[in-house]
Amino acid sequence: MNILVFVKRVPDSESKIEIDHDNNQIDMEGLNFVMNPYDEYAVEEALQIKESKGGTVHVISVGSEESVTILKKALAMGADEALLVQDDKHETYDGLRAAKIIAEVVKNKYSDYSLILFGKQSIDTDNSQVPSMVAGLLDLPQVNVVTELDIGGGSGTAGREIEGAVEKVEFSLPAVISAQKGLNEPRYETLKGIMAAKRKQVPVISLQELGIEESDLESKLELVNLSPPPTKEAGKKIEEEPEEAAKQLVKFLHEEAKII
Amino acid sequence: MILTYMEIRENKIKKASLEALSEAKRRADDLNEDSVAVFLGKELDNLAQEAFQYGASKVYLIENPLLEKYSSSLYTSALSEFIDEIKPKAVFFSATAMGKDLAPRVAAKLDVGVATDCTKTRAENSGLEVERPIFAGKALAAFQFKSEPQIASLRPNVFPLLEPLSEEGEVVKREVELSEDQAKEQVVEIKREEGDELDVTEAEVVISGGRGMKGPENFGLLKDIIALFPNAALGSSRSAVDAGWADHQHQVGQTGKTVSPNLYIAVGISGAIQHLAGMSSSKFIVAINKDPEAAIFKVADFGVVGDLFEVIPPLKKELEKFKE
Repeated sequence: MNILVFVKRVPDSESKIEIDHDNNQIDMEGLNFVMNPYDEYAVEEALQIKESKGGTVHVISVGSEESVTILKKALAMGADEALLVQDDKHETYDGLRAAKIIAEVVKNKYSDYSLILFGKQSIDTDNSQVPSMVAGLLDLPQVNVVTELDIGGGSGTAGREIEGAVEKVEFSLPAVISAQKGLNEPRYETLKGIMAAKRKQVPVISLQELGIEESDLESKLELVNLSPPPTKEAGKKIEEEPEEAAKQLVKFLHEEAKII
Repeated sequence: MILTYMEIRENKIKKASLEALSEAKRRADDLNEDSVAVFLGKELDNLAQEAFQYGASKVYLIENPLLEKYSSSLYTSALSEFIDEIKPKAVFFSATAMGKDLAPRVAAKLDVGVATDCTKTRAENSGLEVERPIFAGKALAAFQFKSEPQIASLRPNVFPLLEPLSEEGEVVKREVELSEDQAKEQVVEIKREEGDELDVTEAEVVISGGRGMKGPENFGLLKDIIALFPNAALGSSRSAVDAGWADHQHQVGQTGKTVSPNLYIAVGISGAIQHLAGMSSSKFIVAINKDPEAAIFKVADFGVVGDLFEVIPPLKKELEKFKE
């Protein structure tokens, strides 16, 4: 069973986000970049399926040259092949652009696959769009925000997180699945894996080589402004005996917050 | 025309859909357009009335036995075909599990852009401008659309409901041709969490525990408090989830859920930047922490410096007293 996993390079979740107002973009200077945390669950799931059913795991990233580091990480975890689709354009926040590139990559480079795995969202744009869009463009089944996955012969069953419940979904293969935390516990790279990954070349392909014209990717959304979130002023802080503190808190909930 | 997709769970309209419909009415008025609602399902009688109360002037019911259970591909076929035909200026979804699954696939099918999880909308240049948090709320991004229909999903619990109107409108039943093999995936079962718990994204009150809870056995303390509020849910910090004390469904923050309840109570949570990103848009924030320097106090409207194990029992007593 061949599995494609798409991974994205993002600033880690501890990053302090500053806005570069002159260029209307996020200032990426000095941030620490990692593989999108949800993508790690996707890579791990692919490796586990490969371990039980055989096949190969391909990891692919669309982005700048620097994305090679997260592809190497996936190789060190145990993925077989990596591919960088070089795209140096600044973030457009338009999921459809990324989805169109990915759909082309799948059509052009991979003919035999059973699963396309993603993280359920990237923690930079927070779009949660690309997996559904890729599934739509390739006319494949989709299950998003998956916490349980069971792959059989030509079909599978997934548990998908919805509000206060888990939806069990049946689908045929090939299918697009997006991973949620809880699906598995991503492994750490082994030293042996890291050494092996170091020696592996990551092939790079350009949009042009894929036959994609920039005019096919015109953004459907225009970013008109970036702003910091409204600053929240610290309110009252009390240090009282527990009984007194509890009384004052209940008073606050009643009189100011008007919750009770 | 602004079209709102109305989500049904257990034969009831989701509150988040009524919020989206209320916002659609406000923007439709600004733009001199109609607000119209659409439902998909097997039998949809009795649902239209509520949509009129929240500002719809017309309700479309798209009925087909195959639409009884949710299927991303089938719902996309039915909905995108309908949208293509009636050509609304904008389409609103709620950014629920279903809305986030469906809206992007519909957008891809129509080759248009979609803005996910918006927290503001306004009329601008005879279209919409929407604002949405990025980086889990560490920044806000405003967008205009370069394609129509302009599709947006709206975050639950953010947009106020209209005062219910007593108006009536036109109900239009639509048939749609679908075949079973169009359903590429199909929901076969919905497993509710134990005790029919409310999700943190839908709750009006969220009470979250962090590392200060010291162990899973102490989360019962929070559940006792939760039981004293209507529409309250249990939340958790990432460290408590990673330690296995709470299920990831409860995690609030950048790799969990973003919430904006009326009241957020952080108990034994220090306030890491990724946690603050997920909850600082809550209307009122209360923090209980024994470290007076904890970052959580910087966003708290009311902070109690103290040991949670000493503060929670009298808090429970005071809340019970208040209830009586």
